[in-house]
Amino acid sequence: MKPATPPVRSLLWALLLLAGVSLVVYALFARVHYTWNWSAVWDYRAQFYWGWLTTLGVSLGAMLLSLVVGFALMLGRRAPAAPVRMLCAGIVELLRGSPLLVQLLVGYYIVATALRVESPLLVGMVLLGFFEGAYLSEIFRGAVESIGASQREAARAVGFDRAQTYRFVIIPQAVRRALPGVTGQLVSLIKDSSLLSVIGIEELVQKVRILNSGSYTALEGYLPLAAAYLIVTLPLSWYARRLEGRFAYET
Amino acid sequence: MRLEAEAVVKRFGAFAALDGASFSTGGDARVVALLGPSGGGKSTLLRVLGGLLLPDAGEVRVDGQALPHDEAAALRVLRQNGFVFQGYNLFPHLTALQNVVLPLCEVHGQPRAVAEDRARELLARLGLAEHLRKRPAELSGGQQQRAAIARALAPRPRLLLLDEPTSALDPVMTGEVLDVIRELAEGGQQIVLATHEISFARKVADWVVFLAAGKVAESQSAAGFFSQPATAQAREYLDGLSRYR
Repeated sequence: MKPATPPVRSLLWALLLLAGVSLVVYALFARVHYTWNWSAVWDYRAQFYWGWLTTLGVSLGAMLLSLVVGFALMLGRRAPAAPVRMLCAGIVELLRGSPLLVQLLVGYYIVATALRVESPLLVGMVLLGFFEGAYLSEIFRGAVESIGASQREAARAVGFDRAQTYRFVIIPQAVRRALPGVTGQLVSLIKDSSLLSVIGIEELVQKVRILNSGSYTALEGYLPLAAAYLIVTLPLSWYARRLEGRFAYET
Repeated sequence: MRLEAEAVVKRFGAFAALDGASFSTGGDARVVALLGPSGGGKSTLLRVLGGLLLPDAGEVRVDGQALPHDEAAALRVLRQNGFVFQGYNLFPHLTALQNVVLPLCEVHGQPRAVAEDRARELLARLGLAEHLRKRPAELSGGQQQRAAIARALAPRPRLLLLDEPTSALDPVMTGEVLDVIRELAEGGQQIVLATHEISFARKVADWVVFLAAGKVAESQSAAGFFSQPATAQAREYLDGLSRYR
């Protein structure tokens, strides 16, 4: 662990850095003489808000699904049966190796249509959940495989069977090691949800595109867009760091 | 107890850690020491005797009962035994107390309160009363190894198997741990001990199995082994270890 900075001093540092960065940003904008048109954005605020809620809802659903999918694929890749291992490895490589855009188009217009599922929101959530779940499964696998052979042997020596070994020994230790990677992946997921506009979901980015094309604005839409994403992603990162602290056991 | 092995083979890849090991102890052996040079197969034999590793070939018997050859049945056998390893192998995310309590509850089905009483009593007996709530990283090597012994002893194992329990410890901590093992031996606990601590083995063991290159070179009473080793290998080994003691 890094030595803790006193809270007052770290607050002062934060303010100083913020002021410095603001100055640089202000200087850059001042040089390009951009004419702002904030009123168009203000008139559009209800739509913006709905887009934000859509992004939030889809991301949350996809997140929960991706954790389940990631865990299942990780277990599958470590299964004793070779066909299960091969199937899961194939799924992971396909999902990670091909563009999300193509997965969304094929998944929505072919697979979902064939299965007569008509809600783009549901389909988008599932497709995004699987896509990110493939990445998560590899993060989980790395963490689980980093738990050494001596821990597995100790688990068997005290009489744990396979399931108990996972539950009491491997997973509690692996969670700590997976957390930083998982956080990054979940932040990616929130941002990747912007691609869902290709199957007709009017999430936040799509709402801003509509605004921009209607009122000939650009940055007035995109800057609040960035802020709206940060409102979600920053607390997520903060919470994950707190979790890391709670799971820390090596002093 | 009587330990018997017949032509036991255990391979790791191309390497045969046990290459046809056979021996039989006397019927009343209580503390069996596995001695021999590093890489000779001591640790592997210890794991096979306790049911932690399944042999590729051969037969192992404890008090006349053959050890099973499938994982599930072996798990039932090894649940009656306790293991202590060279590197302690405590669970690092759990406190000393939880390390002892968890297997008692989850493997042996004891109620939490009963398990906690048993764990507290054992840890206190091993001098860890003030360290119940500490995680392994906050304990010294000797304390960790004593906690590991408490974890192994908690379910009252038929056999306590110790694999070079002091090899990672400095002389002071080695003394602490050996005191504990001697008390257990004197209290009647059946023990299998793989070790390089020759003078300790001489004090506590009543049977010695001497291994070299995956085979049992010698198996006889401790008194006989230390006064008159039958093989040149064992004589050289004993001379080498006692040269600076």
